Amino acid sequence: MATTPASDLLGMAQRVASGAIKVVDLTQTLTQEFPTIVLPPEFGQAAPFRLEEISRYDERGPAWYWNNFSVSEHAGTHFDAPIHWISGKDLPNNAVDTIDPRKFIAPANVVDCSAESAVNADFELTVPFLEAWEKKHGRIGAGEWVLLRTDWSKKSYAEYAGMREDGAHTPGPVPEAVKWLVEERDVHGFGTETIGTDHGQGHHFNPPFPAHFYMHGKGRFGLQCLTNLDQLPPKGAVIFSAPLKIKNGSGSPLRVLALVEAA
Amino acid sequence: MTEPLKRPRRKDPLKRTQQPLYPQSIRSRTAHGLTKAAAAGRFELQTCDDCSTVFYPPRDACPTCLSERLPFKTVDNRGTLLAETTIRTSTDPYFRERTPWRVGLTKLDAGPVILSHIHGDVLEGQRVRLDLKLDKGGAPVMIALPEKDTPNMADDPHLREMTCDPKFRRVLITDGRTPVGQAMARAFSDAGCNIVFVGIADPWKPFPGQDELRKIERVEIVPLDVTDSESVTEQAEQNGGRIDIVVNTAEHIRAGGIMQRHGVTVAREEMDVRYLGLMRLAQAFGPAMRGRGADGVNSATAFVNLLSVHALMNWPQYGAYSAAEAASLSAAQCLRAELRSGGVRVMNVFFGPLDTEWFQIVPPPKVTPAALAKAVVQALQRGLEDVFVGDIAEDVRARLAANPKALERELAG
Ligand SMILES: [Zn+2]
Repeated sequence: MATTPASDLLGMAQRVASGAIKVVDLTQTLTQEFPTIVLPPEFGQAAPFRLEEISRYDERGPAWYWNNFSVSEHAGTHFDAPIHWISGKDLPNNAVDTIDPRKFIAPANVVDCSAESAVNADFELTVPFLEAWEKKHGRIGAGEWVLLRTDWSKKSYAEYAGMREDGAHTPGPVPEAVKWLVEERDVHGFGTETIGTDHGQGHHFNPPFPAHFYMHGKGRFGLQCLTNLDQLPPKGAVIFSAPLKIKNGSGSPLRVLALVEAA
Repeated sequence: MTEPLKRPRRKDPLKRTQQPLYPQSIRSRTAHGLTKAAAAGRFELQTCDDCSTVFYPPRDACPTCLSERLPFKTVDNRGTLLAETTIRTSTDPYFRERTPWRVGLTKLDAGPVILSHIHGDVLEGQRVRLDLKLDKGGAPVMIALPEKDTPNMADDPHLREMTCDPKFRRVLITDGRTPVGQAMARAFSDAGCNIVFVGIADPWKPFPGQDELRKIERVEIVPLDVTDSESVTEQAEQNGGRIDIVVNTAEHIRAGGIMQRHGVTVAREEMDVRYLGLMRLAQAFGPAMRGRGADGVNSATAFVNLLSVHALMNWPQYGAYSAAEAASLSAAQCLRAELRSGGVRVMNVFFGPLDTEWFQIVPPPKVTPAALAKAVVQALQRGLEDVFVGDIAEDVRARLAANPKALERELAG
């Protein structure tokens, strides 16, 4: 009997199963200890991840183990929807439950600034840096993610959060770079390994928190607290990042997977 | 002279831990007038309103004039030890383990003759001070103390049974990020604790005073977050078997009432820290403490709750905070009942606004963290159960006792 050739889609599934396409998990494990964003204490705070046992094969439920968990929409590896920021508040389909699900699958450009960040926690991603990256790896395409590899996910929690008396010290983009990515390259969104998509000192930029302001203002997305970006090629990975379907949600913790052609 | 306590040696792991017991007590409602005074560290006896007779034990009618107006009042606690005897056998399991045990008759200058425990430094015929204490079971008892303090007086084994002296004990300060937590660490180190465990949540987040905290003698920083059940459980698994005193310094203070709060996010945090936090600590540390209530010189002895005095009556300016404090107080009362069988005391320490950033715009008087810490240590050394620190706390207590309704209106402003 002749076998029917698989469609592209089924072929992809077969290649995932065979290992020809590698699945890289870009997600940090949700734990109680993982740093969450810190605002001045008089502001409302994003709740960290918490776990409470319902039962564990005990008098509360003899044959089963399960938990209640609580967490803010913006803790752990999480997705930012445009409605998260005031600049994106009036856009159509701007919340996690109304975003077109097609947008949860998109290719990625991985911009490696791990060397620069290793020597400078305040490393700023600039337009010239991105242009130089494009010269080497090719143009950033419309509708593609830009993921910033800093190797920040490999740091201790204290270094990861980078909290000092004058705030956080973590790498991130300057306003011009974000504006350029949105307006000149029409990117899908911006993702980082750090606690937020913005630079640790991003509140001192103009506008403050430019990655939030420009990306969400144009209906683009954010991913943060990513890991394993060092396992992705500069180009060619496809990102699966579907947030929980929270009614009018501004974001959500999620499992982020990257599909990569095995070498 | 009292033999000074020796730093306890490490336990013989083959020896069974002595099970806690507490003396039998049957008390009438009237007699709880003594409990109330002892819990707060006051020496009060019934004093007849009609004929001024001071008498003991508590009665419902004056032994002189049969009057029923017999309030407990502070009286002079000085007197003379008329006679003493040593109990060598007892049917009470608690005393059987502790004989020989001296008791004596003291004639108070104020009138009554009272049978009481005797401090080791007191001899028959001497002038004494009678002190009203709570025994291991929380019942009020009298002990005759030397007229003037003697060296190492607190180390007397009978007196130490009635107190929660931090000396040579191991304390857990649950949150060392705050000025109160840090003042507490300092005070317990100074009070001679063997180990001062200080819990720190989110160690990746720096906090003021952390370098100084680490330098305090016998301080050991441990990971602990009272809002995280797993963290509390893990800390109890690590150190719960050797913690003799818990001081819960985890606080959550925000101004504002109920109506204008704009949602319940902050209120949830308050309840998580102050009510559920206490419950997590109680579940994780309570059972081991209750089992170690008679574990030698450094037995488990006290669980200390720091509470706003507005747990007792809401202060609408800090109304949501007051409500969480009230929840915490109620849980603390439950815990007191639950730890009682282990001879572990639950001490509730009430105070008004603190001299910290969260009460910045509240005018004085305010309680400094150092004053609060000092009060906590002293109250443990005295073995108290209900402690009011500072003018506001004392004032609220007095007004509450006089007329709760008036206090409610007055606090409403
Ligand atoms: Zn009378």
